[in-house]
Amino acid sequence: MAFISIFDVIGPRMVGPSSSHTAGAVSIALLAKKMCPGKIKKVEFVLYGSFAKTYRGHGTDKALLGGILGFSTEDLRIRDSFSLAKEAGIEFSFTTNEKEKEIHPNTVDILMTNEEDLHLKLRGESLGGGKVRIAKINDVEVDFSGDYSTLVVIQEDKPGVVAHITKCLSDCNVNIAFMKLFREDKGTTAYTIVESDEKIPQEVLKDIKENSHVHEIMLIEI
Amino acid sequence: MDFKTGSELLTLCEQNNTTISDIMCQREITMVDATLDEINSKMQKAFKIMMDAVHLPLTEPVKSMGGLIGGEAAKLREMRRKGSSICGTILSKSITYAMAVLEVNASMGLIVAAPTAGSSGVVPGLLLALKEEYSLADERLIDGLFTASAIGYLIMRNATVSGAEGGCQAEVGAASAMAAAATVEIMGGTPKQCLNAASTALMNLLGLVCDPVAGLVESPCQSRNAIGVANALTCAEIALSGIDQHISFDEMVGTMLSVGRGIPYELRETALGGCAATSYGCEKACSIFGGCS
Repeated sequence: MAFISIFDVIGPRMVGPSSSHTAGAVSIALLAKKMCPGKIKKVEFVLYGSFAKTYRGHGTDKALLGGILGFSTEDLRIRDSFSLAKEAGIEFSFTTNEKEKEIHPNTVDILMTNEEDLHLKLRGESLGGGKVRIAKINDVEVDFSGDYSTLVVIQEDKPGVVAHITKCLSDCNVNIAFMKLFREDKGTTAYTIVESDEKIPQEVLKDIKENSHVHEIMLIEI
Repeated sequence: MDFKTGSELLTLCEQNNTTISDIMCQREITMVDATLDEINSKMQKAFKIMMDAVHLPLTEPVKSMGGLIGGEAAKLREMRRKGSSICGTILSKSITYAMAVLEVNASMGLIVAAPTAGSSGVVPGLLLALKEEYSLADERLIDGLFTASAIGYLIMRNATVSGAEGGCQAEVGAASAMAAAATVEIMGGTPKQCLNAASTALMNLLGLVCDPVAGLVESPCQSRNAIGVANALTCAEIALSGIDQHISFDEMVGTMLSVGRGIPYELRETALGGCAATSYGCEKACSIFGGCS
C-alpha cells in the first residue's frame, strides 16, 4: 500500500469543485505539459466516461487547459484558462467519446502539438482524491503517477539499453524507487520509466542520450 | 514510528504519554523524512486557505457553476445576527461556515480537500466556530488538524473516503469523524475520547448515500456538510462527558466499508438514484447538461 501522508488527508489544496474531476484533471494535464518538449501550440482533449458526461459542471475543461498552461491545482487562474490559453496563442478543443466503455471512468486523451509540429499523445486517468496516473504514451500502455521525479526514456527495444540507463543513473548517484519497462512489440519502440525519491540531475539525460538506441528522454520534476 | 489502526495509535499515545496530533506529526517526520517546521508550515498554509474559504462567501456570495447553490452562508449569518437562530451560537456558526466552504468549492474557488472536496466544509467549519466561541489560538486549531488527519488517514487506509466507493458516509462521515476527534482533543479530551467521538460520528452517519443532483458537488452535498458538523459537535459532547463508546473506532471503520460495499451502484456518486433521481434532480440534470426530451 502506498504511504498516506498527513497532506493526502488534509489536501490537496485545490480549486473546486471536485478532487477527481477538477484537481485530478489539472494534475494530468500538468504532467502532459512537462512531458511535451518545446512550446505547445495546439492541444486536443478527448474525454471519456464520467469526464465526458459531467466535465462542464466540474470545470474539468478549464482544469485540463490550466494544467497545459502550467498551473498547479491551487492556482485560481484555472477559472480563466480559456481566455489565458487564447492569449498565449494555444489552439484547443474538447471532444467526448461516450462509446468507449471498457475504460477507467475518469479518462482523458491529450494530443499535443508543439511549435516544431511534433506530436505527443498521452492518456491520463484521475483515480480519486486528486491522485492520477498516466496510462498511455503514444498509444503504448505505460503506468506512472507523477508523485516522484520521473524519467521517461523512449528507446529501441535492443539488448543493453536498460543496463546503460541504470548505469548512468548509478554513476550520478540516483536511487531508483521504481523502474518499469513497456513496449509495443518485440524489437520495436520501448519505454523505460524510472521513478526516484530525489531530484534527477539534468546531466543524467546527456549521459543516457549517448546510447544510439535512445530516441528521446523526458524528465518530469515534481 | 507508524500505526495502522486506532488501537495501535492509542497504544502509542499511552506509551509516549502524548496526544494523537503529536503521534501523527512524529509519524510524518519518520516516514516522509520531513522536519517538524516543514510540516507545520505546510499545515499553516492549508489552515489559511481553509479560513479564507469560510469567510469569502459571507461577504461575497457567488452562484455555483451548476447554479444549484450560492448565498446560503450569508443568509444563515444574517439570521444569527438578528438573534433568531434556533441552534445556539456554536452550532449556528458551525453550520454557516461548513456551508460557506461548499459555496467556495462549487464556484471553482480555493479549498483544501479534507478528506475530499465534497466534504471540505466540515473540518474548517467546526474549527472556526470553536476558535470564535472559545477564543482559541490558531496553534490549537492546527493541532486539531493533525488529529483530524490521523483519523482520516486510518479511514483511508482501512476503508475508503471515496463517495463512488462508499457513499456519502465515506466522505461526510469521515470528515465528521475527523472533526469530532479534533474537537475532543482541542477541548482537552483524552486520545481514547477522541476515538470514541470518531467512532460515534461514523456510526451516526452509517449508510448515508452519495446522490448528487446532476452529478454536481452542490446539492445535497452542501447541507450534508452542515449535518457533518452538527454530528461532529454532538459526538464530541457525548465523548467529553465521559460516555463510553462500546464499538471501537477500528471496528466501525470496517463496518462503514462493508456497509459502503452494500450500497447500490445508483447511490454511489453516479447521480442515478436518491436526490438525483427526484423530479427536481432530473429536471436540473436536463437543464444543465441537456440531452433529454
